[in-house]
Amino acid sequence: MSSATPARPLTQPAVSPRMVWAVLAVVAVLLLLAYLVAFDQGAVSRSGMYLHELMHDGRHLLGVPCH
Amino acid sequence: MPTFTSVLLRGLLAGLIAGLLAGAFAHVTGGPRVEAAIAIEEQAVHADPATGDDHHAEELVSREGQRAGLFLATGLFGVAMGGLLSIAYALLRRRLRIRHDAHAALALAGAALLGAVIVPFGKYPANPPAVGNPDTINQRTGSYLAMVILGLVAVWAGALAYRSMRAGAPQWSRCAAAVAGFLATVAVGYRALPSFNEVPANFPAGLLWDFRLASLGTQLVLWAGVGLAFAALLQRGQAKAAGSEPSPEATVPARA
Repeated sequence: MSSATPARPLTQPAVSPRMVWAVLAVVAVLLLLAYLVAFDQGAVSRSGMYLHELMHDGRHLLGVPCH
Repeated sequence: MPTFTSVLLRGLLAGLIAGLLAGAFAHVTGGPRVEAAIAIEEQAVHADPATGDDHHAEELVSREGQRAGLFLATGLFGVAMGGLLSIAYALLRRRLRIRHDAHAALALAGAALLGAVIVPFGKYPANPPAVGNPDTINQRTGSYLAMVILGLVAVWAGALAYRSMRAGAPQWSRCAAAVAGFLATVAVGYRALPSFNEVPANFPAGLLWDFRLASLGTQLVLWAGVGLAFAALLQRGQAKAAGSEPSPEATVPARA
């Protein structure tokens, strides 16, 4: 850090145009993860309904439509 | 200046912490309600096997497994939400016009709680097992997702209305514009999207209410936790980066 630290630091990382695709990829992975928890009916998980049933209580209590 | 990756990692960690906290809250407050609702569901199925949806009969995962799976679900969901929050923070920090990083992080978490949880909850409240018609699950899921997006749009509309007031407008009128923009968007969504009333006539109202409170509380713990943990991790990182020049917050003497 330089000596000119502002009194109230404003922390924003630089997101260069080169990184846009990387950021979009991370967003896609995170949305997929949320989908897997909240909405997957066995289509993606490949373990059939196992993950769906395992996270049954969590889905109900997170307030997502379940069945 | 932190890198994007370091902000993202802090968000993921904050999400994991918050998700596990939310899981603990859900386990204590919601667990007994889920059990009670499943007992009612089983009763209904055994009374009339032809109409009931006995999806618990297969026992793919035991009840003990599902109770533990609650923590897996909230933990993973927390990680996903924490990551998304940190990306929103990274992209929007400068536009927020909020001085403190911690306040900005908490404002974003609050906006997500309002838009993605509270607004959808008003239209499609959480349902325990035994409530909900399996035949409409696809429509309900689609409408729920639409409501989540609309809720976030409503928050954005409120912020836009707040800023659209001419310079010099009194503060109260800006706030009124924000509330009006938010409520107008929510009202459109509530009117436009279909309603589902699928609570069985004999389902105990008290149990339904308790379950819904527990569910809303779980999301509240999740978003309060992710906002606070993310803000804390950001400031820790700042203090470390500044080294001998800790941030002003870090130099405030701790009260005994």
